[in-house]
Amino acid sequence: MDSDEEEQRIPLSQRPEWSDVIPVQQDDGPNPVVPIAYKEDFRETMDYFRAVYISDERSPRSLRLTAEAIHFNPGNYTVWHFRRLILEALNCSLHDELDYIERFAKSNSKNYQIWHHRRWVAEKLGTDAATKELEFTKKILSIDAKHYHAWSHRQWVLQALGGWEGELDYCQQLLEDDIFNNSAWNQRHFVITRSPFLGGLEAMREFEVSYTIKAIRANPENESPWRYLRGLYQHDTEALISSLQIPSLCVEVLSAKNNFIFALSLILDLLCHGFNPSEEMKNAVQVLKNSDSQPSDLSLADTICGILESVDPMRKNYWAWRKQRLAAQGT
Amino acid sequence: MESTSSRATATQREQWMVEGQVFRIYELFGSIPRNAQTQLLELQRDNHIEYLTKGLRQLGPSFTVLDANRPWLCYWILHSIALLGDALDDELEDNVIDFLGCCQDVNGGYGGGPGQNRFAYKLKVIFSGQFYLILATLTQTFLQMPHLATTYAAINSLITLGGDRSLSSINRHNLHTFLLRMKDRNGGFRMHDAGEMDVRACYTAISVASVLNILDYELVKDVGNYILSCQTYEGGIAGEPGSEAHGGYTFCGLATMILIGEVGRLDLHRLVNWVVFRQGVECGLQGRTNKLVDACYSFWQGAVFALLQRVHEINDDKKNHTTSNLFEGEAIKEDSSHLVEYHEIGFNFLEGCAMEEPLFHSMALQQYILLCSQLQEGGFRDKPGKQRDYYHTCYALSGLSVAQYSSSKDFDSPPLHSALFGPYSNLVEPIHPIFNVVLDRYQEAHEFFSGLPH
Repeated sequence: MDSDEEEQRIPLSQRPEWSDVIPVQQDDGPNPVVPIAYKEDFRETMDYFRAVYISDERSPRSLRLTAEAIHFNPGNYTVWHFRRLILEALNCSLHDELDYIERFAKSNSKNYQIWHHRRWVAEKLGTDAATKELEFTKKILSIDAKHYHAWSHRQWVLQALGGWEGELDYCQQLLEDDIFNNSAWNQRHFVITRSPFLGGLEAMREFEVSYTIKAIRANPENESPWRYLRGLYQHDTEALISSLQIPSLCVEVLSAKNNFIFALSLILDLLCHGFNPSEEMKNAVQVLKNSDSQPSDLSLADTICGILESVDPMRKNYWAWRKQRLAAQGT
Repeated sequence: MESTSSRATATQREQWMVEGQVFRIYELFGSIPRNAQTQLLELQRDNHIEYLTKGLRQLGPSFTVLDANRPWLCYWILHSIALLGDALDDELEDNVIDFLGCCQDVNGGYGGGPGQNRFAYKLKVIFSGQFYLILATLTQTFLQMPHLATTYAAINSLITLGGDRSLSSINRHNLHTFLLRMKDRNGGFRMHDAGEMDVRACYTAISVASVLNILDYELVKDVGNYILSCQTYEGGIAGEPGSEAHGGYTFCGLATMILIGEVGRLDLHRLVNWVVFRQGVECGLQGRTNKLVDACYSFWQGAVFALLQRVHEINDDKKNHTTSNLFEGEAIKEDSSHLVEYHEIGFNFLEGCAMEEPLFHSMALQQYILLCSQLQEGGFRDKPGKQRDYYHTCYALSGLSVAQYSSSKDFDSPPLHSALFGPYSNLVEPIHPIFNVVLDRYQEAHEFFSGLPH
């Protein structure tokens, strides 16, 4: 329903096609709490909705009525549910329904119901809907590149309906637009681990490590690629501590003496998994130490915790806890 | 190597804008005279209570979009009032109990608004041998379908009110039937009949079942597997398998795993490492990596810290999490034939203590809540520039409680002065971090439902 129609809205009580229906009022009880001062058009719409819902009238006019009710309150999951029952009963064109949802979503996208409804429709349409769904989510993501529901829906589409071929490129594109977009990094991880067209994480790892390291070099303060990099070795710490590129990257970042918190954190992680640091790395860390504050015979891990307690004060307690646990881990 | 692009990305632009607004507030605060500072540091109890009570009595037409969420409005308001140490008058309390009673489906669960059972006749014409027969069947419709989220909100509201009338209004038996109906084969839960499934649904179902003492193996079965599949490579937990790690779902996932006795199955160290980095220079908490601070995460993320502080498994050493620990949670399953005391988990949880100090910066969080989120005229907002609302009021206050009590080993002795940002009169009530209800109301409910049959 667009704004033109809104201004010309004829009350349901005056529409001849509804003359046989007796509207059902809401019974809030005698002393309701959190009562909402409904506007007359909303109240009337819901009164008629209640009538057809009770009599379970799954007709075209009921379908139109659900659209009107949804327009006022897109969060009414009962109306959406009934709408689905009507669509099934009338065997409506589900492609038309996708169009309806798309028009609606432009202004109401942050709503669980609309996405659940979309998923229900797409599931019924099956693999034919894949392209349309990927296009739809792309449109939403072009307005809000981190839209949580859009991403979840997109992932569901890929897994249930297919369309993986262009997905890695899509992630690449979004990351070119905004290398800080964590949702795009998350999607990248999703694609490389689950796409049937790629070889799986281990096969993709080398390429992904290079890609991620480039991103880190460009913006070492960007948390996303650091987490992504660590995520590439989530189930393979052996490979993690055998990597040559990762320690090299960390040393590079430390040497710039700027935005090195994530680098230190990653080195700490490596050490906790049994990594053997080079002299170059030890020196790069020592340089960052506040020379008066700590004795020089501490382990590298201890030293790193000490530095982090000082340069990352927001997480002071966390780094102190990590230091405390080093003894227990024997690091 | 220098950044090759000199143009700031959308993330950077938005982040710097918010940082600018927040720092301006902190700088202004730092520059004003002492007595003006004191004013800004104070929790504006009276104004908050006025804002809250007004909402309970009447809401304007703009709330139409929350017409299917009225139990939430009740909970956000009632819980906030309780956190501020205040109470409703008896009449208003009775009205809430009656209203929520109207939202309770006769077959179990609560819907988003009053849904009186209505009966209707459906006519069917059938041909039977020689005659046409007209058959009338009676159908019963509840006008707002029961929904897990509104059920959670309604139950928590009733627990917050406390008292016999409130607690006994809950039809536990039918609620259990409703919860079972929402359970999916894969272990997760759907929000309503044929509704969406996610970690939120798991939490609302398990939380309610736990506190009402109707949690059993049938409900618990495979929930742990589902939540485990939602922990992402970042360490946080997502709404569905594959989605992005998110504060709200991380709270829901962690709280649920605790309630079903399977928290050790999560990679807790990676979870901690993710959540500690959700606190940035603004001092408040963000919901996801590289996203903006929001006062509501003061609770969703803040409570994650409160939970972790009491989970002794966090001190377990796991060098390789992948294989060895996947079966830790199996112990519960094997014991399922001997009734696992699920009801006691929530209660016993309060006694745990894995670490003295919280892993987040409590003072910084309180600073954000009081200086950036609180409105002097009453209510709390997401961040500077946004409007106040009841949701943010509820979760900012809940987060404030978590922060104020974060160094308290137990809740019997009140926090030290040094634990509070602002005057000691800012102290709010302690909560149970798993359920997010005020502690003494939880304890009353626990006792009330302990004695009752399953």
